Amino acid sequence: MTLTVRSSRPPRAAAPVRRILEQALAGARISDIDAVTLLRSRELVAVGRAADELRARKTDPAKVTFVVDRNVNYTNVCKTDCDFCAFYRRPGDRAEGYLLPKAVIFRKIEETLAIGGTGLLMQGGHHPDLAIEFYEDLFRSIKSRYRIHLHALSPPEIHHISRRSRLPVAETLTRLRDAGLDSIPGGGAEILVERVRRLIAPKKTKAQEWLHVMREAHRLGISTTATMMYGHVETLEERVEHLRRIRELQDELHGFRAFISWTFQPDGTRLGPRVERFPTSFDYLLTQAVSRIYLDNVDHIQSSWVTQGMKIGQVALAFGADDLGSVMTEENVVSAAGTTHRASTDDFVRAIRALGKVPVQRDTLYREVRVFD
Amino acid sequence: MATVGASVPTLDTVREKVEAGDRLDFEDGLALLESDDLLALGELADLARRLRGGTDDVYFVQNLYLNQTNVCRVKCKFCAFARTAKQEGAYTISIAELVEDAARQHELTGFTEIHMVNGESPHVTFEWYVETVRALHAALPDVHLKLYTASEIHHMSTLSGLGYEEILRELRDAGLGSLPGGGAEIFADRVRRLVAPGKEHPDRWFEVHDIAHRLGLPTHCTMLYGHVETYEERVDHLLRLRDQQDRTGGFLAFVPLAFHPENTVFERRGWAFTSGAEDLKMMAVSRLLLDNIPNLKAYWIMMGLPLASVALHFGANDVQGTVVREEIFRAAGSTIGSEQKIDELVRHVKDAGRVPVQRDTLYRELRRWE
Ligand code: SF4
Ligand code: SF4
Repeated sequence: MTLTVRSSRPPRAAAPVRRILEQALAGARISDIDAVTLLRSRELVAVGRAADELRARKTDPAKVTFVVDRNVNYTNVCKTDCDFCAFYRRPGDRAEGYLLPKAVIFRKIEETLAIGGTGLLMQGGHHPDLAIEFYEDLFRSIKSRYRIHLHALSPPEIHHISRRSRLPVAETLTRLRDAGLDSIPGGGAEILVERVRRLIAPKKTKAQEWLHVMREAHRLGISTTATMMYGHVETLEERVEHLRRIRELQDELHGFRAFISWTFQPDGTRLGPRVERFPTSFDYLLTQAVSRIYLDNVDHIQSSWVTQGMKIGQVALAFGADDLGSVMTEENVVSAAGTTHRASTDDFVRAIRALGKVPVQRDTLYREVRVFD
Repeated sequence: MATVGASVPTLDTVREKVEAGDRLDFEDGLALLESDDLLALGELADLARRLRGGTDDVYFVQNLYLNQTNVCRVKCKFCAFARTAKQEGAYTISIAELVEDAARQHELTGFTEIHMVNGESPHVTFEWYVETVRALHAALPDVHLKLYTASEIHHMSTLSGLGYEEILRELRDAGLGSLPGGGAEIFADRVRRLVAPGKEHPDRWFEVHDIAHRLGLPTHCTMLYGHVETYEERVDHLLRLRDQQDRTGGFLAFVPLAFHPENTVFERRGWAFTSGAEDLKMMAVSRLLLDNIPNLKAYWIMMGLPLASVALHFGANDVQGTVVREEIFRAAGSTIGSEQKIDELVRHVKDAGRVPVQRDTLYRELRRWE
């Protein structure tokens, strides 16, 4: 370990921002209006310092964690037509639509385990032909063969399955869990505000439905993450409204392990040309720092190197994030939207060390797998 | 009561010095580089910048980059650009062609500065350089000519047998406006021997800049970091520049340049890029130590616009240029032209809460986006 020379002074900022940061550092909750004030301010470093301090109180400040897993997109066939999605193909698209055979999924799992991976992140489109039996069978056949954490099916997929199979959400979740589902990724949240969803994904799961799936999962003891995809048509107030819904549900059941936010990736999407201003990395870092401060009841904040690139992904670890996300051996959704950042475990370890932190590989549930000291 | 020995500097003691306007020393510089408190460094650098009169203005210049020849005898180990005269891809552009190209580009983009550096070709003469400057100046009298690193001036001296002063006088009289800061790398002898054994001694770099300043030619200065150098050697480099600036005051700006290992011997040895945090830290420490150089560049073409806009909160106040060659963009199928590039630059600077100001080479304001 290097000797860390740290400043003992509180963050420097202009009056309104300073008051909010002091309040947060004193352990008080910040209001929605305060969060908007922070997002509107350009006091990146001061907000970042407060976020970093709060991160240090929640997680070991000497360490930065990451997970080695594989993102398997089992199908790209989807009937939901989200305007921000460059990944999906319409049902009936025989040329480009796919559904991965089990053998292919098994091979991907074996490759993941071979490189020390611990988890499988499995998400896909809303395929009209796939009912709950498909998933139960798939999960059982995976779990009977491999010891791997199954982090699968974002709330819109769960919602789709429950409708397709005419089952209540709770029963859908119970059956999937009994078949081997270990935890649920927080995807498909985008911005949990109806005005925004109508504009960018009118056919998709409503905000209330997304929250309902998560609430049911948390009640059943299934842990999940939460996400936000921003930088398209939402206002700053709507970003904060999204955060509020996450914070409120977290107060009820404390089932969100981590929060991950990223900016909309426009290439190849119908939404792209409709967006006036794409968020800069500056905005990304500020938004992440504010989410750390505002979400005082969520333990882990992941930075998104996949969308921001490794340089900003690493820098984001000083702005409230404690986790660098996943060394993904496969990723199709973001790369379909034109962003192709690649990184290996070595790159992760080097980036984390360059910040003066100890890299720690964790599993999906944030248990330590390997410490690189 | 007197204490025995100096106490180890911390960010708090450095901050006290910054607030009091005291000069930081070698030990302070080292403590800053060894700190992992990245954001505290950024905050301190921004504070220092403001206390020394810095405002929200962030500068950029519209310039044209040229290389007249990539033929070079020096063979620095980090160089992916140089060729020998017979090697594939070697080129030397004639004066007429160079001027014609520059004039055509000027019609398209209206740049205010030409930035040109070259390989050190043994197959040209000092006259060729003077003629080049004269011809560029005649064709584009309003354009500032920022040409030739100190190493190239040294090379001209080797070619011609003339002293630096005579060379700089002739170039100035032909139309040279300032010198770029390249060829500095890291001044420490140990590092020089490792990465650029064929290059002249670093003292020559200072001699050239010293004489240029005394002749009224402003210059720029750089540091190439992230290869074999230690933190001590980085601090030493910065302090040598600071001493020079105390003596002659002719440095307009400092540019920290991260080493890019691709296409060099270092890539084959598995070297990696500097990380974003290291780049921001270097920016902050440069601002803190170089208390007498007014401008600090986050050179976005090297750092990327995302990181460069963050660097504006780590002491930087300049993002360098737009660097446009219209036909290259068009040939690559991109519709992005100089106006769009400026828009993008302006948007990033504004989003960082700063005011974009287009400047000329001498930092005179040309246009402002409030
Ligand atoms: S984001 Fe998901 S639900 Fe929306 S179109 Fe793409 S695959 Fe379908
Ligand atoms: S002197 Fe310049 S062009 Fe020549 S090898 Fe060194 S860096 Fe490359």
